[in-house]
Amino acid sequence: MSGEAALHYTLHVNGSDRDVADAWPGESLLYVLRERLGLPGTKNACDQGECGSCTVLADGLPVCSCMMLAAAAVGRDIVTVEGLGTDGELTDVQQAFVDHGAVQCGFCTPGLIVAADHLLSVNPAPTELEIREAISGNLCRCTGYGRVIAAIAAAAEDRSAVRG
Amino acid sequence: MSVRVAESLEEVCDLLAANPSASLLAGGTDFMVEVNYSGRRPASVIAIDRVPELSGWRRHNGSIEMGAALTYAEMEHPLFAAYVPALAQAARTVGSPQIRNAGTLGGNLATASPAGDTLPPLAALDARITVCSVRGTRELRLDELIVGPKQNTLAADEVIRSVTVPVIDGPQEFLKVGTRNAMVISVATVALVLDRARRSVRLALGSVAPVPVRATEAEEWIADAADWDSPEPPAGDVLARFGELAAAAASPIDDHRSTSAYRRHAVAVMARRALTRVLS
Ligand SMILES: Cc1cc2nc3c(=O)[nH]c(=O)nc-3n(C[C@H](O)[C@H](O)[C@H](O)COP(=O)(O)OP(=O)(O)OC[C@H]3O[C@@H](n4cnc5c(N)ncnc54)[C@H](O)[C@@H]3O)c2cc1C
Ligand code: FES
Ligand code: FES
Repeated sequence: MSGEAALHYTLHVNGSDRDVADAWPGESLLYVLRERLGLPGTKNACDQGECGSCTVLADGLPVCSCMMLAAAAVGRDIVTVEGLGTDGELTDVQQAFVDHGAVQCGFCTPGLIVAADHLLSVNPAPTELEIREAISGNLCRCTGYGRVIAAIAAAAEDRSAVRG
Repeated sequence: MSVRVAESLEEVCDLLAANPSASLLAGGTDFMVEVNYSGRRPASVIAIDRVPELSGWRRHNGSIEMGAALTYAEMEHPLFAAYVPALAQAARTVGSPQIRNAGTLGGNLATASPAGDTLPPLAALDARITVCSVRGTRELRLDELIVGPKQNTLAADEVIRSVTVPVIDGPQEFLKVGTRNAMVISVATVALVLDRARRSVRLALGSVAPVPVRATEAEEWIADAADWDSPEPPAGDVLARFGELAAAAASPIDDHRSTSAYRRHAVAVMARRALTRVLS
């Protein structure tokens, strides 16, 4: 990108400050996460806000990271799928996806996990309609959604059983 | 290209005055599509998504003032929906939860797409739009701000600050036709506002003309034709005429999303349905 000033800025991702150096100013948060910060869990399938595979939390809300200018995300609290659990262990939502066969090619899965995790954090006992609504911005071309919905419902039930 | 995250409205206006070619960035849901796909390469960007003066909404005596950076998710909130139901319903149909968490009212207005879903409710409510710059503020009607497809009348150094709509006693409806339920750009929309005190109906149409339009003939006709004291839904012939007049106000085109004939038909159906809902 000749003639354009490279930027240097700091993003707050998964609890730590991450420096981004020599970046082209037009880079999306999705690009920066994957290509500069070594966080490839967040996927790119459309780059235009349609598929939800790039879903991350920004200040606690699910958004499409492909629709966020990375350099304008300075100061926001960003959480990616990598930041939802502890390294090497599956979260309860991820385990439920495995148990219910909600993963086929897996490309949509990280975005769905982030969306589902957020749903359960704000609505511990969602109805099926609420689950469908919460994942309505996440496209999956393999599963037909049935198993995804079952997995999220099961994760909600397990959480409420733990709470007692 | 430089990127500044603005912290106050004054800073936004100063930055724009110093560099009127700078682009404003709110939720990014129109802007980033252009960067990612259409090679948009703005020289400098002013992010306004966290400017306090542009955020949230406030109730004044008889009106609601919305900051330009109000998101769709915030418009869906039940407290907001109680005051401006048509706008809340429109917000609810936009994109997906992810898009609604980011996309803003000001971005929808500035983009000025014929399919912008907040525009028909704002047209029906006779919204006043406040824009400002270092030169001062001015107040615009929607038809003064949006003058053609993707054409707004903002000067290069101006920013949309807020939008004010009256709180009107009576039910409101927003209806949208698209090819599916989620994540869909409108093929046709209607926003209908019933004003109980004035015994009048306001009807605006979206996606069926270069800019949002008011169906004034339909409005004037129904004000006389409606039986305002009856709890019953309007009779079939009244509904049919209302639908016809609504469709006549549309000037739709054929495009990749639909045909003009279908759009006109959809307007008539939605106008009848919205009227039935608010009058029964
Ligand atoms: C997947 C997807 C689905 C969508 N679905 C819908 C839909 O169903 N209905 C619909 O209407 N739209 C839809 N959109 C379009 C978009 O989300 C809306 O138009 C949204 O309101 C844009 O707001 P934003 O804050 O994201 O704007 P941005 O992308 O940040 O900005 C858009 C333009 O407005 C200018 N701007 C922003 N704020 C201001 C301001 N305060 N003053 C002056 N100029 C300003 C910017 O400079 C830019 O040119 C969709 C977009 C995507 C990607
Ligand atoms: S890659 Fe962002 S929504 Fe598809
Ligand atoms: S599992 Fe393949 S896209 Fe969802």
